[in-house]
Amino acid sequence: MTLSLPALVAVAVVGLLGIGLAGLLVTRNLIKVVVGMQVMVKGGMLAMVLAGHLCGQVQTGAALALTVIVADTIVSVVALAFAVQVRRRFGTLDLQALSTLRR
Amino acid sequence: MFDLLIVAATLVCALQAIRSPRLLMSALWLASASALTALLMYLLGAPEVAVIELSVGAGLVTVLFVFAINIAGEELPDLRALVPKPLAWLVAIGAMALGAWMAMPGLRTPAPALQQPPFAVVLWEQRTVDVLLQVVLIIGGVLGVLGLLGPGGAQAGKEKRS
Repeated sequence: MTLSLPALVAVAVVGLLGIGLAGLLVTRNLIKVVVGMQVMVKGGMLAMVLAGHLCGQVQTGAALALTVIVADTIVSVVALAFAVQVRRRFGTLDLQALSTLRR
Repeated sequence: MFDLLIVAATLVCALQAIRSPRLLMSALWLASASALTALLMYLLGAPEVAVIELSVGAGLVTVLFVFAINIAGEELPDLRALVPKPLAWLVAIGAMALGAWMAMPGLRTPAPALQQPPFAVVLWEQRTVDVLLQVVLIIGGVLGVLGLLGPGGAQAGKEKRS
């Protein structure tokens, strides 16, 4: 039995979302958190293009995916800048160290 | 067969990006996962967005990662996760099963062939609000980075701390 391309891409979407979620859960390193988020967003982006493909409206899905790419890049840039700044001030990338931000 | 290989390689790259003990290797695995995602997008019939994903997702973001890892340092001791690892994977696999179950009916419907205008027309004329949103996002992102890393930001923080 051979799987069609949409079915295979759906497998990739579900797998990427799950792997990204697991990555977010198991890590405490700030940069690894950004990596996990990126993996999840890739799944979401692929899902939009796949939905467009299935509905016969590839271009609309692609336009939405473009917005996701821009938003995702901005988010990771700001998150990485944040990580660098946290490392400068606290000397660590551990998320737990940020709990000292509590007052 | 070719498609199956690409999907499998994408998932393996994503898994390695999560599991790799070194941050730099993690960023490189993420870049390859991104490139393979772009290939899948191309196969689905969206070459424009595939090119953008390849240049931005696999190129720019990787450069930023390497830059940030260079500054922040390759520090990754075996920090114990807040959630135990088996539980985290159980939750992720449960979420995957739920997602697969919900995606199943959508795959069965046949794709109606729709005549659509080219990508540029759809993006610039039908989704103008999205373009405006992207501009706002880019400006917001630049301001955010300037606020975090710009001159004075780090200095002010140090003074306050000491």
